[in-house]
Amino acid sequence: MLNASLMSATPPHNIIDIQKIREQFPALHQHVHGKPLIYLDNAATTQKPQAVLNALAHYYQHDNANVHRGIHTLASRATAALETTRHSTQQFIRAADAAEIIFTAGTTASINLVAAAYGQAQVQAGDEVIISHMEHHANIVPWQMLCQAKKATLKVIPIRDTGELLLPTLEKLLTPKTKIVAISYVSNTLGTINPLKEVIQQAHAHGAIVVVDGAQAAPHLPIDVQDLDCDFLAFSAHKAYGPTGVGVLYGKRALLEDMPPYQGGGEMVREVTLAHTTYNDLPYKFEAGTPNIAGIIAWQEALNFIRQIGYKNLRAHEDELLTHALDLLGNLDKVRIIGTAPNKIGMLSLIIEGVHHLDAGMLLDANGIAVRTGHGCTQPLMDFFGIEGVIRASFAIYNTKEEVEQLAAGIARIVQQKT
Amino acid sequence: MKKIVLPTISAIQEEIIGEFQTLEGDRERMLTYIMDLGEQLAPMDTLYKNEHNTIQGCMSKVWLTYTRQEDRLFFEGDSNTAITKGLISLLLRVLSGQTAEEIIHANLYFVGKIGMTQLIGSQRSSGFANMVKEMKLIAIAQKAERGA
Repeated sequence: MLNASLMSATPPHNIIDIQKIREQFPALHQHVHGKPLIYLDNAATTQKPQAVLNALAHYYQHDNANVHRGIHTLASRATAALETTRHSTQQFIRAADAAEIIFTAGTTASINLVAAAYGQAQVQAGDEVIISHMEHHANIVPWQMLCQAKKATLKVIPIRDTGELLLPTLEKLLTPKTKIVAISYVSNTLGTINPLKEVIQQAHAHGAIVVVDGAQAAPHLPIDVQDLDCDFLAFSAHKAYGPTGVGVLYGKRALLEDMPPYQGGGEMVREVTLAHTTYNDLPYKFEAGTPNIAGIIAWQEALNFIRQIGYKNLRAHEDELLTHALDLLGNLDKVRIIGTAPNKIGMLSLIIEGVHHLDAGMLLDANGIAVRTGHGCTQPLMDFFGIEGVIRASFAIYNTKEEVEQLAAGIARIVQQKT
Repeated sequence: MKKIVLPTISAIQEEIIGEFQTLEGDRERMLTYIMDLGEQLAPMDTLYKNEHNTIQGCMSKVWLTYTRQEDRLFFEGDSNTAITKGLISLLLRVLSGQTAEEIIHANLYFVGKIGMTQLIGSQRSSGFANMVKEMKLIAIAQKAERGA
């Protein structure tokens, strides 16, 4: 099934060869419970191309040394490779300055850094923070914690039944007390692409800064932080073909300069006496301790991979998979699609009436199909739709139309047998 | 009172092992079979689906309650997912109606024989172990109460 000719499955406008791309991903070539693996849980984490795996091994085999601290050769090599990745990451999101790229452990760590450091300094009692109803828990809980600690108010942008922001309400929510608007670029459960520029313009007009959760955008959309004019943007390498444990926090230089440090320790300091410490320059001020050196260096290979394919091809292919999935599943009796925004990435969340999503997930897994089942770390969103959880299939560049057909067949069988 | 005669815990386990053997290790068939068992399980009165009767540490919601008749314990259980209901149904079949003493000392070897851990994964297996533990704790408490 998986080895069927994929050239025929790719449309003429698409110059990429999916089969060749699949060959770069060793984890895809395995059987699960005796069936060829169909990996459709890419929004949770993508599989990694061989080049990323090689880079991880190469670092430990040849260049392993701590960065920024040694004068020996290995330390120089490791430092150079890490800083090269910082520059590539800067170009990846079109930041003005490499010093605006802070490496963290992931999107969650990046958002917590902003909430703790910026929030601590800038949010006072009576101030307001605005989030949306479709946020991932990682873009809800840190703001709840901040508001609780500061006696500030957390406000929520409501959403429509389609899973789109009810944008006109933002104007009413914004007040002179609003300090931060924290919003996802792309919803991790619905796939909705939010009208970020409009949100940012409105927030700025009221003097609020905007923190963007870009975790689901980085794998699918070109990001231009200067064009967006966002103040902070967080994303994870592992959702975009890179290793786990590597995150990025972009922040505008002026804001980062003003922000107090988040964690104290090595690397983030210039001089330490027992009485007083002066802090290092950006970005190191926010990179206390030894970073995930191997992961950051290997992230470079994921960036190369995305650049070689190009977002245009990525989107075209993933859109085609989504359209195919909707053709097959959209009108299926007992199946309800959750998230029907016209502007969305290649992601399909659904529920099967009368079948619990965990049961459906296990039956799909028995057929080698990996999907996410549950609330997707978006419990408030589940409450909005009056459901407990969804079955989410999320596509990546290496998925095929045949795999989508297998998913549809698997779901149709569950509907037939269990409803 | 008429004496209750039930098959032994071992006899019931052998019966279950036999049923699973007919499924020839086919994962989908095994899961479907467990779900079918779950669907046949009588639903619990919502009155009993409360915090007190909830088993912690399960991926699904699981409720367990019991009644005592002489020295025997009769369990009732329910869950929000069909597979977990099926697992409860298997446990009830083996343990419900047995004496507290038998439940305490029950060796549930059928779990290993039917390959349940491989089937339901480690997270759910740990939830299943919690259900067994809860039933045994109830049996220990009931035995102590009767002995007192």
